[in-house]
Amino acid sequence: MTTKPLRLRELAKGDERISHGHRMCSGCGAPIVVKQVLMATDYPIVASNATGCLEVSTCIQEYTAWKIPWIHSAFENAAATISGVEAMYRSLVKQGKLEDRNVKFVAFGGDGGTYDIGFQSLSGAMERGHDMMYICYDNGAYMNTGIQRSSATPFGANTTTCPAGDVIPGKLQQRKDMTKIMAAHGIPYVAQASPSSWMDLMKKVQKAFEIKGPKFLNVISPCNRGWRSRTDDAIALSKLAVETCYWPLYEIENGVTRVTIKPKEKKPLVDFLKPQGRFKHMFSPENAGMLTQAQEYVDAQWNQLLKEAAAGEADKAE
Amino acid sequence: MSKKYWEKLPQGSVVLEAGSSAKFKTGGWRSMRPKWIEENCIQCMFCWMYCPDMSVKVTAEGKRAEFDFEYCKGCGICALECPGKKGNKAIVMEQEGK
Repeated sequence: MTTKPLRLRELAKGDERISHGHRMCSGCGAPIVVKQVLMATDYPIVASNATGCLEVSTCIQEYTAWKIPWIHSAFENAAATISGVEAMYRSLVKQGKLEDRNVKFVAFGGDGGTYDIGFQSLSGAMERGHDMMYICYDNGAYMNTGIQRSSATPFGANTTTCPAGDVIPGKLQQRKDMTKIMAAHGIPYVAQASPSSWMDLMKKVQKAFEIKGPKFLNVISPCNRGWRSRTDDAIALSKLAVETCYWPLYEIENGVTRVTIKPKEKKPLVDFLKPQGRFKHMFSPENAGMLTQAQEYVDAQWNQLLKEAAAGEADKAE
Repeated sequence: MSKKYWEKLPQGSVVLEAGSSAKFKTGGWRSMRPKWIEENCIQCMFCWMYCPDMSVKVTAEGKRAEFDFEYCKGCGICALECPGKKGNKAIVMEQEGK
């Protein structure tokens, strides 16, 4: 199959493969991510979905927003479920009971279902080398159950289980770098994307579908309820996350790192933190130093990434 | 004997109809209403791409049409991302019911 051209007007004529009438909150980032992923390709897709906002609100008894075969699985086993489906498909094709239609297998999970609860099944599926793609929409907390901290929650964020107040100033730890952890599994393709750069996201999805083996895609997905921001700024905030290098857009293909979109001018992290109510306490005088600490961490991560990308380029040149 | 409600459900609670959520109208959630001003529209389709509720209708030629107010939740992403023409936005948000 040739790769689908990514022109908005052509794409708009096609089917989104996810329907309106789902019950995600107004202004949620996750359906935008799902739409972009499903629109990127014409391959038949089978998806599994870990418990989370996306799962509970797209499939409420008798109604489903999905126009693709879709399986609800528990919080911890979206990757295990889809790896089983993939293995069964492969087996049936081999036995001649099913015609091979080049079906692609995708698992969707939120950051709770990916970074924490679903981590062991995801790690296992990646190690077994199933031909599947795992897509994490990262909104940085357990938003579905009421904004509890997860290991994807950024430093300083106010959540209901690390509330900012007299005792602690929000989350005390830095977030876990899941994309790098997945890259350490030695799988052929790992990438980080943002719905604000739709072209970049869809190219990564297209590229990943052409690669055989396990793939992992981490996508930022703003949540105006949990981030305490406005309902209309999902795209604006994900763009700021990229421009401040909080969420750099890069891919690691067969161990070679490449930054796909480098911001023209690296903005200070406060531009990303300021519009979000969950970081409000960081701007008060008694928490001075938190902003610097957050900025230093982002800078260190970004410089490390640039170093890895430079090493990748040097490898190619040789 | 008439079947009880749960007995009529498909086994395993499988949903047999794809995209059946379209029967559930979410337009009633809206408190702000987007207004499309066609003369300022440059047909960039950003509103269509960034709509989380698939509520921007598209004609058969791939042109932008009116909003689908049966599903639009009024988040306002389209209005914020709209580049407009010469600084004039093609989508503005208005209070619902005005």
